[in-house]
Amino acid sequence: MAKKKTIRTIPQERTPMREQDPQLRAKNFEEVACGYSLEDALRESERCLMCPDEPCIAGCPVGIDIPGFIQKIGEKNLRGAYDILTDTNLLPSICGRVCPQETQCEGVCTVGESLEAVAIGRLERFVGDNAIKEGWVNIPYIEPNRFRVGIVGSGPAGMACAADMAKAGCEVTVYEAFHQPGGVLRYGIPDFRLPNAVIDAEIDNLKKFGVKFECNTLVGRLFTIEQMIDEMGFHAVFVGVGAGYPTMLNIPGDSLNGVLSANELLTRCNLMRARDFPNFDTPVPIGKRVAVVGAGNTAMDAMRVSIRLGAEKVYCIYRRSRTEAPARAEEVHHAEQEGVEFHWLTNPVSVSDDGKGSVRGMRCVRMELGEPDDSGRRRPVPVAGSEFDFETDLIVYAIGTNANPIMGQTSKLKLNKWGYIGADEHLATSVAGVFAGGDIVTGAATVIEAMGAGRKAAASMKTYLGIRDPELPYLSAEGGGAGTLFGIDTRERNFARVRVA
Amino acid sequence: MKANAMSNFEIVAREDFSDVTYLLEVRHPLMSKAAKPGQFVVVMLNEQGERIPLTIADFDRNKGTITLVIQAVGKTTRQMQLECRVGTSLYAMVGPMGMPSPISHAKKVVCVGGGLGVAPIFPQARGFKEAGAYVIAILGFRTKDLIFWEGKFRACCDELILCTNDGSAGMKGMITDGIKVALAGHSNIEEVVAIGPPVMMKACAEATRAHKIKTMVSVNPIMVDGTGMCGGCRVKVGDQVKFACVDGPDFDGHLVDFDDLMTRLQRYTKDEKVAHERWSESCRMTRQVGPSALDALARVRAPQSELLELPDPFEDAPGG
Ligand SMILES: Cc1cc2nc3c(=O)[nH]c(=O)nc-3n(C[C@H](O)[C@H](O)[C@H](O)COP(=O)(O)OP(=O)(O)OC[C@H]3O[C@@H](n4cnc5c(N)ncnc54)[C@H](O)[C@@H]3O)c2cc1C
Ligand SMILES: Cc1cc2nc3c(=O)[nH]c(=O)nc-3n(C[C@H](O)[C@H](O)[C@H](O)COP(=O)(O)OP(=O)(O)OC[C@H]3O[C@@H](n4cnc5c(N)ncnc54)[C@H](O)[C@@H]3O)c2cc1C
Ligand code: SF4
Ligand code: FES
Repeated sequence: MAKKKTIRTIPQERTPMREQDPQLRAKNFEEVACGYSLEDALRESERCLMCPDEPCIAGCPVGIDIPGFIQKIGEKNLRGAYDILTDTNLLPSICGRVCPQETQCEGVCTVGESLEAVAIGRLERFVGDNAIKEGWVNIPYIEPNRFRVGIVGSGPAGMACAADMAKAGCEVTVYEAFHQPGGVLRYGIPDFRLPNAVIDAEIDNLKKFGVKFECNTLVGRLFTIEQMIDEMGFHAVFVGVGAGYPTMLNIPGDSLNGVLSANELLTRCNLMRARDFPNFDTPVPIGKRVAVVGAGNTAMDAMRVSIRLGAEKVYCIYRRSRTEAPARAEEVHHAEQEGVEFHWLTNPVSVSDDGKGSVRGMRCVRMELGEPDDSGRRRPVPVAGSEFDFETDLIVYAIGTNANPIMGQTSKLKLNKWGYIGADEHLATSVAGVFAGGDIVTGAATVIEAMGAGRKAAASMKTYLGIRDPELPYLSAEGGGAGTLFGIDTRERNFARVRVA
Repeated sequence: MKANAMSNFEIVAREDFSDVTYLLEVRHPLMSKAAKPGQFVVVMLNEQGERIPLTIADFDRNKGTITLVIQAVGKTTRQMQLECRVGTSLYAMVGPMGMPSPISHAKKVVCVGGGLGVAPIFPQARGFKEAGAYVIAILGFRTKDLIFWEGKFRACCDELILCTNDGSAGMKGMITDGIKVALAGHSNIEEVVAIGPPVMMKACAEATRAHKIKTMVSVNPIMVDGTGMCGGCRVKVGDQVKFACVDGPDFDGHLVDFDDLMTRLQRYTKDEKVAHERWSESCRMTRQVGPSALDALARVRAPQSELLELPDPFEDAPGG
């Protein structure tokens, strides 16, 4: 047994991750953060104190056994680390890259109280990437049952639910409206942050579990949720269609050419490969001076994509201050390195045109922070007389999304007052056998939360179908969720006997 | 031919109405059951292709097919004209999208189709007929050679007014002249439905405004996903902003801001031109390859000198 580690004995500095040079990367779509080497990972794993109270586990929305997997890395047992991660997290190489760790596990890490927190996300990514490289996949021993499960939407929520139901022996079909699966991971988050190869690898793993993917299928319109249950022979359905519907600012000039949603910009560029135009047919507007409104992950992605598409200047317009910006800290930092000009406490008032239907500029007003609002953040209020104009030819709105209306239009599912699908704490909807989770229930959130919701819904679905001990999570609302936000019972984690592939 | 092997959106029939207009019948049994008048699909010709919206012009539940009638106006629609043969497949086709057209209980209805709007108005005309209405169809074409589906419309309409710009068939004049004739002949028209290029729909809405006749139009903004996710298809309807793909595509023609729609349709004109030029260039290269390609190309390329200049899809709109 090694000597007990203390805050003094561990490596003091967080192990840096190699990144592409900002000058260089601003011109390509290759991944910015290059990942840890084995040496980096071993050194960083040294920094974990293996705290008995495991605050990081409570900080993780799905309760990954963080010290457990870090210990395995330290033992150079990467396969073991991978097994621990995949007990709870289906998508380690994705979550390692895109989770807001600084507000989750790393935010409560003991080391973080006096030094920089253990780089849990980077370690997670390291293990996940290694698994992809080695072709590891934990294919459990699956005993088929007679149940058929339909999943609507192939984002992280749908993928997670599909995996759990397939492992439980159900025949699972995932329906996706786009021509490629992955949800926001595919159409929204750009390659330089999450390469397509990583998504492909995770989807392939699901296929190995026997999950079928049916793309080009718009559920609700091609067939309804009710038809899936009544006519198509599905015993249960999970709805994870995401939030989607982008919010526009509703200011004068909104409909000018050159004003678009971040979703449109990103979908054209990522999913439709407009950045390779004209090798691919889909065009994307390329601005010289691009103003992106908002400061979430979506906004950062839109800015960094614009830079790579060749914009000379990219501005971030945000009505609150930097501390309130919802994006991952790393994304803001990267955007800054790549030359984005931030205008905090600034709000657009109107968009002016060039007389030919296109954007010429934007009028903004300065803001200051007033009293805290419902979200606990200080409410920005305009400073009288502080309007100013500046030139821009492309304006991208990244100010959030609303519920996609198709499910509401086409089914009897009860919606809440904001139009999201109403679900109880077990993620059951108002229609028997239909469960829902992810952004379409909570509103725009995070990949890991969507995944957690997919797994939680799977647990409820199993109870509903009577697949396992019916006393498990569905009935034990209080007990079941001990310590984890999504109430995946620890006993649930490893139910399938694992056969090493 | 990777795309063909992986997908099952097989083209089972094709008909060429003219140099620029062609019909594709695509196998999709589920969709043929689900489709309702007014809905559309989004198709991709191949993996590198653009997603383009096309109205479901007809569906055959027995054969399990849906019918698209397409006007070759730019890169994608021309390439489809060249490559979509019976037996080949589309890379992707998703739908039916959009809210079905509300087939009201109006007793006397005028269905107006101009240019690329002729085919999409058909399921609505048939829908109204099935609902028991007296249906007057007004179809506008530039000239006699471009006419198609006349018989199909005659079979399901009580009256048919055919207009050509040059008077080579039916009455000479714009589609709005046809509307005037219909309004003069019938005092009890309860609803007008118009589909075609925006200029035409705008003119139709203006023609009925004074008569206070409910006028529905089907807008055709640029789309990407067709699922309400990008907002590219937003249109101004009254004082509201609507996403045509999920809130429409049918709206009250007296409320739609057509000028805004037309401006927004020109967003990518430059890029569309680049894509088309490049593709035409590559077609020229393969010209030696085979007589059939050459053959089709010759048709695509007429009128000769127009190759590099994109035809304005609104220009040849009757009523425009
Ligand atoms: C640009 C961007 C960047 C982001 N960055 C981060 C980040 O760094 N970290 C993070 O944690 N989170 C991030 N998020 C948020 C995160 O991606 C989402 O919270 C998460 O993807 C939600 O997952 P979901 O499964 O609920 O839905 P989605 O990922 O939205 O997937 C829903 C899928 O359902 C499909 N669908 C919709 N309607 C239908 C239908 N009727 N029939 C069939 N299929 C349908 C859609 O096409 C889509 O593929 C980002 C979001 C965006 C937009
Ligand atoms: C709901 C809807 C239904 C439609 N139904 C039909 C139909 O039944 N038959 C038919 O021939 N056409 C239809 N269209 C129009 C058709 O989608 C466009 O003609 C096609 O996208 C042009 O693509 P292109 O590459 O050939 O031409 P491009 O060179 O890309 O463009 C030519 C012209 O088409 C317009 N356009 C370009 N891209 C789009 C797009 N993604 N969506 C809409 N317009 C676009 C542009 O304003 C441009 O002026 C419909 C459009 C909509 C929105
Ligand atoms: S809180 Fe930090 S140091 Fe403690 S176990 Fe978790 S990762 Fe290790
Ligand atoms: S086409 Fe994207 S929202 Fe309508």
